[in-house]
Amino acid sequence: MSVSIGADGIKDVRTPLSDADVQSLKAGDRVRISGVIYTARDAAHARLLPLIEKGERLPIDVAGQIIYYTGPSPARPGTVIGSVGPTTASRMDKFTPALLALGLKGTIGKGYRGQPVKDALRQHTGAYFGSIGGAGAVLSEFVKKAEVVAYEDLGTEAIRRLEVEGFPAIVLYDCHGGDLYQDGQKVYAREDG
Amino acid sequence: MRDIHVSAIADAVKKLCMDANWSLEPDMLRAFDRALGTERSAAGKQVLTILKQNAEMARTRRIPYCQDTGMVICFVELGQDVHVTGGALSDAINEGVRQGYTEGYLRASIVRSPFDRVNTGDNTPAVLHIDVVPGATLKIMIMAKGGGCENRSKYTMLTPAAGLAGVKDFIIECVKTAGPDACPPLILGVGIGGTFEKAAIMSKRALFRELGSPNPDSMLDALERELLARANRLGIGPQGYGGDTTSFGIHILTYPCHITSLPVAVTIECHAHRHKEATL
Repeated sequence: MSVSIGADGIKDVRTPLSDADVQSLKAGDRVRISGVIYTARDAAHARLLPLIEKGERLPIDVAGQIIYYTGPSPARPGTVIGSVGPTTASRMDKFTPALLALGLKGTIGKGYRGQPVKDALRQHTGAYFGSIGGAGAVLSEFVKKAEVVAYEDLGTEAIRRLEVEGFPAIVLYDCHGGDLYQDGQKVYAREDG
Repeated sequence: MRDIHVSAIADAVKKLCMDANWSLEPDMLRAFDRALGTERSAAGKQVLTILKQNAEMARTRRIPYCQDTGMVICFVELGQDVHVTGGALSDAINEGVRQGYTEGYLRASIVRSPFDRVNTGDNTPAVLHIDVVPGATLKIMIMAKGGGCENRSKYTMLTPAAGLAGVKDFIIECVKTAGPDACPPLILGVGIGGTFEKAAIMSKRALFRELGSPNPDSMLDALERELLARANRLGIGPQGYGGDTTSFGIHILTYPCHITSLPVAVTIECHAHRHKEATL
């Protein structure tokens, strides 16, 4: 198992993830992610999709892995990475089901996803994690190593391999249909809103 | 006439770009503190606490508050007794952006064409709005405008019959559809009246008013307060995890309009509201 519960109730998640790992995660769970994760956003996804459609090999093996939707700011000399918070995930909705079908187990971003992504998370046993949008400076502390592994010409949108330790996130959508946004917001929504 | 050399303008813009991305203005920091006093949701409080830490870390380590260091929106008030020397005003502003983003380790987020989407590499060009005003000073106001929230900005042309009620409902609908995608707590800049483009520009300009300060027009001030209270009853909360703090503030500007028209533009701004100004 790559998921264990810490003394503080926060779940420690270590990549790569199995189906059983993902099944143990529930919407609303706070997690600390450790291990390797990959960054990819709009431009990188646009290059991956034609490869998937042609059945060609991708520059990264996504099986069991997590993709973080982010485009970091440049690292100052002597630092690992710049600011590195999440971007809006729904722009990647067009690509996510195909990647989940290849064995991708998780994505990290912010914001709502469409129903096809929710369905694909169920079908292929995946989870959608949220990190705090706009907390890029704090989040940079949890990245221990970063290197570009594909599409360097895309600059901030290149695919990067990150080694993270205790990267804080929350399960937004689980593979059982759970949705933190729905659950959280209905508690505070008032009828005269 | 008073001469201002383009190099002084470029230097000022460079500094504004770096400072805006590293140091949130005091009005934003006060908004976090106010919200921490009223937010009931534990998850919401935690988000607000982390964002305050983030602001402190960004300021002390000179790392951007958010990795999306934005597109630079620049409003210039050019005194009519100022003579800009040594080159073009717009070139000087873009030179300042180029230097600020390159030397400040800020992200290059601008593509040269909406179609081929090749990154310009230095975050230029900025979006410029230049007004000529009385006087002999040059005032430069910049905002580093994030893309995620900008993508949730909206415009509508209502009928005069839709009236104030229609305007209110549209603004609240904007908050709902922005949801967690736009990084709440949100700030809304609203332009009502004028024309299609006038309303949109006012919706950006409105964001430069100090957060938490009253609208100088008492009717608009009451409207802003009513809308803010409604927005914060939606339950979206910080990051959309549920809570009372969906918006930090709603700022409205209006302008006369045609007898047929009721234009409403809403710029959605995230909690990374990075704005700075300087007067030369």
